[in-house]
Amino acid sequence: MKTEIAIIGGGPAGLAAAVAAREAGVEDILIIERDNELGGILNQCIHNGFGLHTFKEELTGPEYAGRYIEKVEELKIPYMLHTIVVDIAENKVITVMNKEQGMFQIEAKAIVLAMGCRERSRGALNIPGYRPAGVYSAGTAQRYVNMEGRMPGKKVVILGSGDIGLIMARRMTLEGAEVQVVAELMPYSGGLKRNIVQCLDDYDIPLKLSHTVIDIKGKKRVEGVTLAQVDENRKPIPGTEEFYECDTLLLSCGLIPENELSSQMGVELNPVTSGPVVNESLETNVEGVFACGNVLHVHDLVDYVSGEAKTAGENAMAYVQGTLMQAGKEIPLKGENGVRYTVPCTVDKDRMAEKQVVRFRVGNVYRDSFLCVYYNDKCMSRVKKKVMAPGEMEQVVLLRSKLDAFDGLESITIRIEQE
Amino acid sequence: MKVKELVCIGCPLGCNLKVEISGEGSMEVTGNTCPRGADYAKKELTDPRRIVTSSVRVKGGHLPCVSVKTETDIPKDKIFDCVRALKDVELLAPVKIGQVVAEDVAGTGAAVIATKEIFAR
Repeated sequence: MKTEIAIIGGGPAGLAAAVAAREAGVEDILIIERDNELGGILNQCIHNGFGLHTFKEELTGPEYAGRYIEKVEELKIPYMLHTIVVDIAENKVITVMNKEQGMFQIEAKAIVLAMGCRERSRGALNIPGYRPAGVYSAGTAQRYVNMEGRMPGKKVVILGSGDIGLIMARRMTLEGAEVQVVAELMPYSGGLKRNIVQCLDDYDIPLKLSHTVIDIKGKKRVEGVTLAQVDENRKPIPGTEEFYECDTLLLSCGLIPENELSSQMGVELNPVTSGPVVNESLETNVEGVFACGNVLHVHDLVDYVSGEAKTAGENAMAYVQGTLMQAGKEIPLKGENGVRYTVPCTVDKDRMAEKQVVRFRVGNVYRDSFLCVYYNDKCMSRVKKKVMAPGEMEQVVLLRSKLDAFDGLESITIRIEQE
Repeated sequence: MKVKELVCIGCPLGCNLKVEISGEGSMEVTGNTCPRGADYAKKELTDPRRIVTSSVRVKGGHLPCVSVKTETDIPKDKIFDCVRALKDVELLAPVKIGQVVAEDVAGTGAAVIATKEIFAR
C-alpha cells in the first residue's frame, strides 16, 4: 500500500494536519489511529474552554474534535481506526497492524508525526510502598469517568497539579467523590491559573505546594497515603508527615511526548522536550518527516496545536509536490537564562514565513522580568512580563524582514533578564 | 474605592484581572486581553456563573455514556443540583452533538446538550 502523506495519529494534531494538506491540494492522505474513533485525547476532555482562538467560541473537547472530524469526513480523507503503527523505517515505510488485515506495510512520501504524549507513570515517580489497586494516572481516571462511565474511587488524593489533575479534582467531586487534597512537589502549580480557580477554589479543595507522597498504605487496595513537605532540594522534611485516608491516588505529574517510533526511525530528539528537533517548517532531521502537537512539545492550548499542525500539513504537502524550498542556512535558536527550549530549534530565512512564532517554556516562576531576543549578541527586543511560569507556554514572534535586515546573523537567543 | 484581583477563567490564557469598584458600584476592569475578561470580572463579583460539563448514561451506543454541557452558564450555587438532576437521565443511541438532554435543568432555565456523537452499536 502507498500514500503521499501518512499521518500518524488521529487526535487534534493529526486531524488538523490532514485537513490542511488536503485543502492545500494533496489527494492521497492517510490518517492512522490506534483507538476506535478519531479525536484522540479530546474525547475524554469533556470540560469547556477549547476553541476560543480557532472557532471564536468556547467548546468542550469532544465538540472541538467533532468540528475537525466533520471536516475530515466532508473532505473524504481516508483514515484507519484500531490500527497501530509498530515501526517506521528511515525510508518512510510504515509497518502497521490491525485485527482485520494483520500486519502490513504502507509506503509514504511524507510523514506527519502526530502521536501526542502520555502521562508520567507511578514507576517513573519512585513512590515507595506496595503496588495496590487504586493508583491511577489522572488521564486514565478521566477516561473511566467521562467515556466509560466508571468511578475509580470515593475518597481521593491527587499528586501533581498538572491540568488533568486539577480538572479531575473537580470532575470526581461533581460525581460524588471526596477529593481531600492536591499535593504539588514544586513550589508552584504545573497547571493553568484558570483551572486552580474553577476546579480547586470553587470547591474548596486545598492545594499543597512543596508537598509530595512519601508512602502509599495498603496491599490490595490503597488505604491511605502519607504526604510530607519538601525542602528546596525537593527532599521530604522530617516531622511534616500527614496521613490521609483514601482509596484512590491520582497522579498528574507531567506529560511526555511519545516518540519511540520517531527515535526508531532516526529522528533526533531534544532532551529537554523529549520531542523531535525541528526547523521552521516543523521538519525533523529526516527529510520529509514533520512533527506537530504534543508529540513535538506539550501544549496548554489545543488551538495552538491545530495552528502548528496546519503548518506541518502544508509543509508536508509542499514536500510531496516538490515546492518546499531546499534547506539553506539554518540559524540556530537558543533558549538561555530560564528559557528551557525553543520550538522550532532553527530558522531558515528563505523558508520562513514573514511571521515566525517561536514557542517555549520557562524553568521557574519569574515576576516583573524582561523577555529578551538577541540577534548574535545584540538585544533586539526587551518586553516586560508581569509573570511567567512553567505551567504556561510563552512565545515570541520573529519577523523575516527584521532578520533579513540584520547583517551577519549567526544565532538568535531568547533569554529572561531582570531589571 | 475597592480593588479586587481575579484570574479570568474565560480561556486558558488566564489573564490577571484588576477590578476597581467605585463608591457608586461601577466597575473598571484592567488586565484583560479581550472583552470577555471584563464581562467575566463584573459577573464574578455580582452573579458568579459557570458552564457545567458532565456525562449521562447511554444505552446501545459505541460508548456507555455521552459528554454533556449546560448550553449557557448557570449560577455557581446550582452546580451540584444540576449534576444531581443528570444522574437519572438515560439516553438511547444514536446521540447527536447538540441534542437536548434535559430542559431547564435544576430550575436554572438552561438546557443541557450532548457534546459528542454516540453511534448506535
